[in-house]
Amino acid sequence: MMPVTSRLLQDTFLATAARYPDHTALVVDDMRMSYSEVADYALRLAHALRASGVCRGDRVAIFMDNTWQCAASIYGVLLAGGVFVLVNAQTKSDKLAFILQDSDSRVLLTEQHLARVFGPATEQLPALRVLSTAKSNVLPADIENLDDVLADMPATLPPQPAITMDLAALIYTSGTTGVPKGVMHTHQSLLFVLDSITEYLGFCQDDRLFCALPLNFGYGLFQWLSAVRAGATLVLERSFTYPMQVFKRMNDEAVTSFASVPTIFAMMLAHDAKQPLRFPSVRILTNAAAMLPAEFIPGIRRMFPQAGLYKMYGQTECIRSAYLNPALAETKPHSVGCAIPGTELLLLDEDRQAVAAGEVGTLYVRGPHLMRGYWKQPEKTAEVLVPGLLPGEFILKSGDLFRRDADGDFYFVARSDEIIKSRGEKVSPAEVENAIYSLSAVHEVVVAGIPDPMLGEAVCAFVSAREGENLSVQQIKHICNDRLENYMVPKHVLLLPELPRTSNGKLSRKLIMEQCVTLLATLD
Amino acid sequence: MNMTMKKTIRHYIMENLLFTEDESSLQDSDSFLDGGIIDSTGVMEIIMFIEETFGIKVNDDEMLPANLDSVDNLAAFVQRKQAQAVAA
Repeated sequence: MMPVTSRLLQDTFLATAARYPDHTALVVDDMRMSYSEVADYALRLAHALRASGVCRGDRVAIFMDNTWQCAASIYGVLLAGGVFVLVNAQTKSDKLAFILQDSDSRVLLTEQHLARVFGPATEQLPALRVLSTAKSNVLPADIENLDDVLADMPATLPPQPAITMDLAALIYTSGTTGVPKGVMHTHQSLLFVLDSITEYLGFCQDDRLFCALPLNFGYGLFQWLSAVRAGATLVLERSFTYPMQVFKRMNDEAVTSFASVPTIFAMMLAHDAKQPLRFPSVRILTNAAAMLPAEFIPGIRRMFPQAGLYKMYGQTECIRSAYLNPALAETKPHSVGCAIPGTELLLLDEDRQAVAAGEVGTLYVRGPHLMRGYWKQPEKTAEVLVPGLLPGEFILKSGDLFRRDADGDFYFVARSDEIIKSRGEKVSPAEVENAIYSLSAVHEVVVAGIPDPMLGEAVCAFVSAREGENLSVQQIKHICNDRLENYMVPKHVLLLPELPRTSNGKLSRKLIMEQCVTLLATLD
Repeated sequence: MNMTMKKTIRHYIMENLLFTEDESSLQDSDSFLDGGIIDSTGVMEIIMFIEETFGIKVNDDEMLPANLDSVDNLAAFVQRKQAQAVAA
């Protein structure tokens, strides 16, 4: 029997599969899959995971590109009672190994073409079972062919012992210390925010959502979860690497919803200036992950003449916090709007007292969409989940400073930490610095974000070499490329004889930026 | 000719996208997408490189993985473009 109320995230999937079995769930490359086909795969996978020893609450890592297997695996893991851990396909071996270990993942679901990365990572983890899709039968030793395993499994619903308070996902995000943190979300928090998003965006079954954002990213993940909840279709693209292919696909598939970040809009506007781009089928257009420059809006209107433009703000710890009513996109071009339905935003000072309208304060988020904390990191959790309005309640301290106008709409002022936002992705300066410090010739390094018209902020590394050591920009970029996701690799590397210090003898990003202002102006 | 062209392209990719001189790091048939070697900025860099080096002009509608996603694809694409230019 199908559940009447969605208590578990997979209930939305089971309900849609029962209601619209033949409706197209996913379009990926030339592949079209109906909801019943996706359900068939997810159910078989659930049995395969249970047979591998996955029990209620066990973590299962999914290290895949934006493929249909990746999308279906999310529900497969949930149907097995597990907690899904999506890992960006650009992740390198060491970080993948860290995430697998930190999350205590029991199984890794992956793809053959990523073997060069997952091979070295999984060698160190003999207890981990690795299941990989395979185009041919040549897989490394100890790696099982996922398709073969699934062939023997029944497509029936296994028992569902989880309750809504249980974890559904660990979403890893960059931290200021350079070590990624697993954000714990329950079925309840994800279902709540899914309902809230669906309410203000108004997705329906006829919608065709387009997603080229990675599914491991909360914003990308929610394109798929939203499509499933509405019984709609997700047109999933691997990336924006080949923009012309992406634009063609959007029009060929007559997509009705397009999820973007400012860097993608900037790229589209550059193309549009050469050869006009038009997407008349899109009715819901969203921006998140970084502030949309107000000067982009007229061009965006031209490209998407039928669309309501929703500017949104959020963070992995609660997925989404604010959205601006699309009717206000022109009149309040610098605002991210108000709290999403069913939640509340508070602006507090350092003593956690409310600030007056117009004053700058730290943004706190209140609602059932908050994470349960950072996986195995109670101290870090206590820094951001602080006592709320009611006994036993917690509110989320965002890292950002905002002000609010008389209507209650919010305006981003600044980040209160040193995280860089490049292409809408969070880059931890410490994580990049750690990678560069692994070169023995490096004496000191400071990484900072500098304004960039396309990326929002570009990652810039200021490096000095040890005395008598040779160090090249090439070496630095190589080590970064080896260890970091592509978006974290510095666009600019500046080799300096020495890095400036404050009077206390400390390295300071601010001081370096000030001293290098002329040098930075010469960068393209 | 083709081998020289492939070598030129391979070295450009290794130097500017992989930041390495290690020949074993890239096979001519390796997909840049599968290898996580490339993103949209990287595609633009490759296009500028082949335009300047081989004297061709890449049209927007030719910016596709079939033309650009490996050393082999790039070399074949450049040769086709050069042949077209001669024929025209």
